[in-house]
Amino acid sequence: MDMNALPRMHAENITDADRRLVTAIQHGLPLVSHPYAALGAQCGLSEEEVITRLTALLANGTIKRLGVVVRHRELGYRANAMVVWDIPDERVSELGHCIGRFEFVTLCYRRPRRLPAWPYNLFCMIHGQDRDAVLERVQQIEQHCQIAEVPHEVLFSRRRFKQRGAIYAPVQHGITV
Amino acid sequence: MHRSRRSEALELGSLERRLLNDFQHHLPLTPAPYAEIAAQLGTSEEAVLAALQELQGAGAVSRVGAVFRTHRVGASTLAAMAVPPERLEEVAALVSGYDAVNHNYEREHRINLWFVATAADDTQLTQVLNDIEQRSGIAVMALPMLEDFHIDLGFELKWT
Repeated sequence: MDMNALPRMHAENITDADRRLVTAIQHGLPLVSHPYAALGAQCGLSEEEVITRLTALLANGTIKRLGVVVRHRELGYRANAMVVWDIPDERVSELGHCIGRFEFVTLCYRRPRRLPAWPYNLFCMIHGQDRDAVLERVQQIEQHCQIAEVPHEVLFSRRRFKQRGAIYAPVQHGITV
Repeated sequence: MHRSRRSEALELGSLERRLLNDFQHHLPLTPAPYAEIAAQLGTSEEAVLAALQELQGAGAVSRVGAVFRTHRVGASTLAAMAVPPERLEEVAALVSGYDAVNHNYEREHRINLWFVATAADDTQLTQVLNDIEQRSGIAVMALPMLEDFHIDLGFELKWT
């Protein structure tokens, strides 16, 4: 296994208080009248500090969004596919931005190739109510971004063994779901 | 799973639909955000909290919370394995058993088991992947994110 390509931590701008807040919020905000105060009580911050820090984490992009996190499959979006393309390196940024702009694309990442087993370097996630809907969307992307001739594969999901929010806390803190 | 069975019968009222669709981002950063949502939707804070609790219980909502940009906090990677079909359930259960693993799917491909592993740092992440490799006897292909092209505006739900 080649671990050289693992990303570095970007923790420079994250303070201890932020880290405690991130740990506290990863299971979600409590469904109570004053959730930020409740969250603060869990990590030793005041309600005002929680709001200030969350605002800053959103502004600097550490938090992509704050809100209701839906589970697509339970809402009738039964098909989801990871679509992968083998795009020439010099075009991956341009085409990544083209694909990442579609509202039905929920993730769009460049990842390393692992030759010879895995030649693909651009990954995106597409949800749809059924398989045909997903394939139609793939076609829409191909036409719009003009990548019909680029080698690609559509990996539909079959079974979901596990899905929950990420847990970033070290194992020794004993956080489990 | 009991949870997903219940949700098949989930009937969504207009309050539930608006909560699901309109509040995937920009949760108010004010002391009483649910009251503020309620005011926007012309209902009470109690009704909003009850609806969110029900949606969560039914599995339609995983949480009300933050979606982090990958790699800004801790270390994580997508990983994949080519598992012989007759061993898939066993290996999937082994992988799901790790706290570090938060998503684990079977996908239609020779490389058929795909999961996301997250840890406090690279060292712990590498440990987890090595451990999975050793216990299963199957190579783990790590595919960390190198560049994110997606702007997460939430996902527009289309009701049928």
